[in-house]
Amino acid sequence: MSFWIYTLAAVIKIALMLFVLLTAVAYIVWLERKVVGRIQNRWGPTRVGPFGLLQPAADGIKFILKEDLTPPHVYKPIFIAAPIIAVVFALTSIALIPFGNNVRILGYDIPLQITDVNTGLLIVLGITSMGVYGIALAGWSSNNKYSMLGGLRASAQMISYEISLGLSLIGVLILAGSFSLQDIVKSQGGSYWHVIPHWNIFRGQIVAFFIYLTSAYAETNRIPFDMPEAETELVAGYHTEYSAMKFAMFFMAEYANMVTVACLATLLFLGGWNGPIFGPPLLQTLLPVLWFFLKVFAFIFLYIWVRGTMPRFRYDQLMAFGWKFLLPLSLANLIITAFVVAVRA
Amino acid sequence: MHLALFLAFGAVCVAGAVNLLLQSHPIQSALSLIVVMASLAVEYLLLGAEFVAAVQVIVYAGAIMVLFVFVIMLLNAGEEERSQGSHLALLLGVPSLLLVGVLLAWTVTHHATHSVAVGSLPGDPTTIGHLLFSEYLLPFEITSLLILIAIMGAVVLAANPETDPSGKGN
Amino acid sequence: MVPLSYYLVLSAFLFACGVMGFLMKRNIITIFMSIELMLNGVNLSFVAFAAQWHALSGHIFVFFVMVVAAAEAAVGLAIIISVYRTRDTLNVDRVDLLKL
Repeated sequence: MSFWIYTLAAVIKIALMLFVLLTAVAYIVWLERKVVGRIQNRWGPTRVGPFGLLQPAADGIKFILKEDLTPPHVYKPIFIAAPIIAVVFALTSIALIPFGNNVRILGYDIPLQITDVNTGLLIVLGITSMGVYGIALAGWSSNNKYSMLGGLRASAQMISYEISLGLSLIGVLILAGSFSLQDIVKSQGGSYWHVIPHWNIFRGQIVAFFIYLTSAYAETNRIPFDMPEAETELVAGYHTEYSAMKFAMFFMAEYANMVTVACLATLLFLGGWNGPIFGPPLLQTLLPVLWFFLKVFAFIFLYIWVRGTMPRFRYDQLMAFGWKFLLPLSLANLIITAFVVAVRA
Repeated sequence: MHLALFLAFGAVCVAGAVNLLLQSHPIQSALSLIVVMASLAVEYLLLGAEFVAAVQVIVYAGAIMVLFVFVIMLLNAGEEERSQGSHLALLLGVPSLLLVGVLLAWTVTHHATHSVAVGSLPGDPTTIGHLLFSEYLLPFEITSLLILIAIMGAVVLAANPETDPSGKGN
Repeated sequence: MVPLSYYLVLSAFLFACGVMGFLMKRNIITIFMSIELMLNGVNLSFVAFAAQWHALSGHIFVFFVMVVAAAEAAVGLAIIISVYRTRDTLNVDRVDLLKL
């Protein structure tokens, strides 16, 4: 494929994926308010548009029009840079996520992924580990005891759970034999006896899936691990002093991280875009994307369901759980997977 | 194209390194060091070292520098105080440093002619893994022991003296 | 095609900046960061030569340098915290007496 076709395809994909990601972030907020509302036996937003579907638009307009306060004693350059850092790293990791099989448009074979790097998984882990800076710097630059404590706690939590997150993925890597996300999905094609799909959950990585799930909740600072930013703790944690658009950027970064983590979970454990394919060629190119989105939706629904149901951990319980339980468990999973694969080969 | 990328990210590296020296607040120096590390990761990619580039971002920029930023935040390190400077030293030192630097750079670049193509040595994780666990297994095990000792040492050193009257960490 | 010497000049520049920072700066944490800058410059040299001689042992060595730098940063920062707790200053010029 020539350089210009590749660049044009990449630019179109970037614009499309950014649009889809930002709309998804807005509507995940809507979904969360509705689902948590129903769990708590109330309606959730219903007034703005049918079923409250225009609520995110109203929220967006509110955030833009609100007064953007910068308190006088903050450390200005980093106060303004911190939400930017958080959003940039949250949105960048979407570049490595494949959404479906290659599509043939006008005779060109275009992958549904902005870049396919053969160490794709490592780079996604690297980008999520850089996302800690947005939160740490936000907490420190606010020049406020509560924000600083919230920022320190959030960053300590994030770097602690990054380890078990990474280790739980190594089992998948051993089974797939490659870091490239497309290869990992392709190794999950097919099914056992035409009934049980060949997904990594059913290939022995069920424990790894639950370790990944728990570490992902801690990485994205969601209940039950959202002590650093809960309103009843530390005022509002690291985003106490932020208002209007800067606060909206932290919000966006958190939900974009949720989407990234959900996409990774479907690619690595739930078989990506593998699913029953039937029908005319147009349907055959669109069905994998549909299966992918359904699985991501299921994962995010699980996120929201857990949020509405569970209480939050205290900070020392949280850290003890990450270091003393999840880390040894993920190491054990790694050793057992490696042993089984070595014995079978 | 390769040269343009190298020069662009090399300029970012140089700017970050100089900024680290010129800033007075340690947090600004830490952020410039993070910029240097990230642009170095891109330089590693240009040299074909994809595993090293990813590890640089994950370990160096994403964990070690987080540690530095933590400590700066914890100790509330303020702006640095200037010690006694000397104008004469600055006047003589900076030009002569630049002169020596330019001379060395010119000598090195004009007398060596080896060129390195992009990705000439694919440093993919599989090959590095094979090497690491076969030929370099002993250093690998020794460094894991080293990290264990470092963790224990750091925990003991940083333990709060009020809550540990025996003086020993947990 | 980029000549190898360009990478070496960049690596030498980073190392020189690290040495300058180590000697010029007065804040302990900034001195530590200059050490990390020196290590990064050396890493670039290793990877450049590995690409030239087609020897992956350069990459392995960079891996070990990073590991050792991590261990050193952890212990060094713990020492800095202890020094701050006892001397109540981060200025290297003030930490010049053996007795408190």
